[in-house]
Amino acid sequence: MWTWFYRLASPPYVYWVAAAATPWFLSLSVVAIGYGLIAGLVFAPPDYQQGDAFRIIYVHAPSAWLSMFAYTTMALAGGIALIWRIKIGHAVAAASAPIGASFTVAALVTGSLWGRPMWGTYWAWDPRLTSELILLFLYVGVMALRPAFEEPGRGDRAAALLSIVGVVNIPIIHYSVVWWNSLHQGATVARLGVPKMPGSMLWPLLSMLLGFMLFYGAVLCIRLRGEVLNRERQSAWVREAIKA
Amino acid sequence: MSVGAWSAFVLVLRRELCLSFRRPDQLIQPLMFFLIVTTLFPLGLSVQLSLLREMAPGVLWVAALLASLLSLDALFKSDAEDGTLEQLVLSGQGLYVIVLAKTLAHWLVSGAALVLVSPVVGTALAVPLSAFPTMMSSLGLGTLALSWLGAIGAGLTVGLKRGNVLISLIVLPLAMPLLIFGAGATDRAISGTSPVGALYLLAALCVLTCTLAPFAAAAALRITLE
Amino acid sequence: MMSSGFWSMGGYARFVWPCVGFTGAVLAWNLWAARRHFAAARTRSARALAMAASDGA
Repeated sequence: MWTWFYRLASPPYVYWVAAAATPWFLSLSVVAIGYGLIAGLVFAPPDYQQGDAFRIIYVHAPSAWLSMFAYTTMALAGGIALIWRIKIGHAVAAASAPIGASFTVAALVTGSLWGRPMWGTYWAWDPRLTSELILLFLYVGVMALRPAFEEPGRGDRAAALLSIVGVVNIPIIHYSVVWWNSLHQGATVARLGVPKMPGSMLWPLLSMLLGFMLFYGAVLCIRLRGEVLNRERQSAWVREAIKA
Repeated sequence: MSVGAWSAFVLVLRRELCLSFRRPDQLIQPLMFFLIVTTLFPLGLSVQLSLLREMAPGVLWVAALLASLLSLDALFKSDAEDGTLEQLVLSGQGLYVIVLAKTLAHWLVSGAALVLVSPVVGTALAVPLSAFPTMMSSLGLGTLALSWLGAIGAGLTVGLKRGNVLISLIVLPLAMPLLIFGAGATDRAISGTSPVGALYLLAALCVLTCTLAPFAAAAALRITLE
Repeated sequence: MMSSGFWSMGGYARFVWPCVGFTGAVLAWNLWAARRHFAAARTRSARALAMAASDGA
């Protein structure tokens, strides 16, 4: 019954699954992002306080969410690899890092452009913005540490440890708007009970969130295949795999 | 002859302190760096006392952070070079205890020294006398936590060629909350409001780091040495 | 089309459209960089296998 789980630890199986999954992830994400953008930018009514500027949420919130999700995936995969010695975890972690870092930049840039008309400033040293910036530095640290070792396996394990140490930042980012008086608005969607947004604004946002996650899945699969090849270069199955 | 955890702790602590005091120049350098860097800010920004007082917490803290980072590289390096580190890992004593002792010794000769020197620097930056206790206790707690965090970074980068820059890249993002609360506490003491809240948070961060970081640092050492 | 209202975004156009554009660029970069990474890994693998084969021969 659990064979599908055990097979996930096998590099050639993962290589094949990732190849098959990529077009599905990509096409579904295009649909979700397409709907989200059109419904959000065109059909959702303007916000009472922020006017049309609120529409930035449709790119800002999914980017920020993905920046945290990718980091958590990276730390989790690294932890699994470190504790149970399932090497594919290191490949997943290595593949996730640049994706997550790019979306952290996107979150910071879109947030900055949103802050200018709303708060009057491109930047503020408030807890959420600061912890998101720290997240970017954490990504950079992990990505710098991995290649610094002569033996690649050692680099993987060191990077995994570092990403686990840094994962404490993720709940800080999320709860910063609860724990401190922050300029940044509170949680819009992730509340038990009725969300604060009306449906016409909410559905495109949820669709964008889903679309970005699916996109992350697609890009992760592509990168993962590269990472698996880099780590398994000497293996026999690679010869047949790269001919395809 | 088997050695208990406490005896091992004391032995390693004493060894580290002995070795450190044999190289007094290595003790003085981070202190001098601290003094010089704090001098740079008034020279570069402004010599007006009121302005100095406002930037004093930040300047003190950034300088202390950088000075501590300078000496972190040496935490495991000399032991790694002559093979002592591997012997310690193999010794059968919990690596947690050994890391705890080494890091405490490192703090005693670097962070604690910074705290003792801070009144001098504080006076130069026009910090009022009433703020000194907060300044010194926040620096003490902060540098202590920083030594533990730095041990993780040092453990991960032992033996790497350009380990120094990498340690800073790894440790500084983790140290930012310390900076925020430590400088915040000193800032409040200078302006007259109560720093107690920030100090409690800083102390909590310190306790959290002191208890958990040695695990991570020990794991890091095992990764880099195995 | 929503013409003037849509493109001017109620006056916030110079904030909204750069955001959408920048995020689109990030998405595009991710796809491009991932594909490039995979292609490079494939060539490296092919080369390593070819060298191993010629060594054994």
